[in-house]
Amino acid sequence: MTVGLGHYLTVAAILFVFGVFGIFLNRKNVIIILMSIELMLLAVNINLVAFSTFQGDMAGQVLAMFVLTVAAAEAAIGLAILVVYFRSRGSIAVEDINQMKG
Amino acid sequence: MMEIALTDMVFYLFAAVTVASGVLVISARNPVHSVLWLILAFFSAAGLFVLMGAEFLAMLLVVVYVGAVAVLFLFVVMMLDINFTELRQGMLQHLPLGGLIGLVLLGELVALSSAWYFGEDVAKNAASPTPAIETATNTEALGQLLYTDYIFIFQTAGLILLVAMIGAIVLTLRDRPGVRRQNISAQVNRNPNEAFALVDVETGKGVSLPGKKG
Repeated sequence: MTVGLGHYLTVAAILFVFGVFGIFLNRKNVIIILMSIELMLLAVNINLVAFSTFQGDMAGQVLAMFVLTVAAAEAAIGLAILVVYFRSRGSIAVEDINQMKG
Repeated sequence: MMEIALTDMVFYLFAAVTVASGVLVISARNPVHSVLWLILAFFSAAGLFVLMGAEFLAMLLVVVYVGAVAVLFLFVVMMLDINFTELRQGMLQHLPLGGLIGLVLLGELVALSSAWYFGEDVAKNAASPTPAIETATNTEALGQLLYTDYIFIFQTAGLILLVAMIGAIVLTLRDRPGVRRQNISAQVNRNPNEAFALVDVETGKGVSLPGKKG
């Protein structure tokens, strides 16, 4: 059985589910949650590139590039917020963050 | 015996490594190990991209993710002095719910992919058909699209990165007390009359200088 679109979509689906699962598993650790989000975005990128290749449409790869850009920006801002939060509270436990609400 | 082409074997290798390192990202005990597994996941996903013929995106993934984002994660994990064992407490408590939602999601994705098919004329309606490899490589084709049809969102992406950069700097910049910086306007505005004074010092007595305490 030659490798086709379905194979790539399967890999992406499994990776996406593990990303979602990781968020539930590491509810307290923001760093792992950010990494799980990166995994999910990677799965989305695999989907986009797979459709782009097997459909012969370059637009999917252009879109994948923008997903990459947004993911990089999100990681930078998320980690910056994390550093600021750690400085003020000395911990990164997510469950403490709801103390910020007014 | 069934023959398996080399590209198929490489696909299965990269796919297995991607999925396995994805599992290890979320289950590793040490967050530093998580980041390293994330790097491996990105790297093997880049291998999958190469197999699909998207070389430029594969290299972008290696440069941007492995080179920048993952190292940023590593930097933050190592910089912050966090008690990670405390954070792992109650981890198994969310396992049933997370597993249930993951299974439901996977089932939905499987159902979707089994019921889904390409329409007959979908290939004709491609927004920007991939040029033949003889006329343009992947990078050329992507560049020709990016700087013509998609120039607006290309510049928007640049703007997003700029905002992210400024935002990260604004968030993490802080004024430390006790840091001495050069104040140029204060230096320029110094008046010679106030800057020095001639004092007659009597023998055997000290002198208290104006403007200096103690």
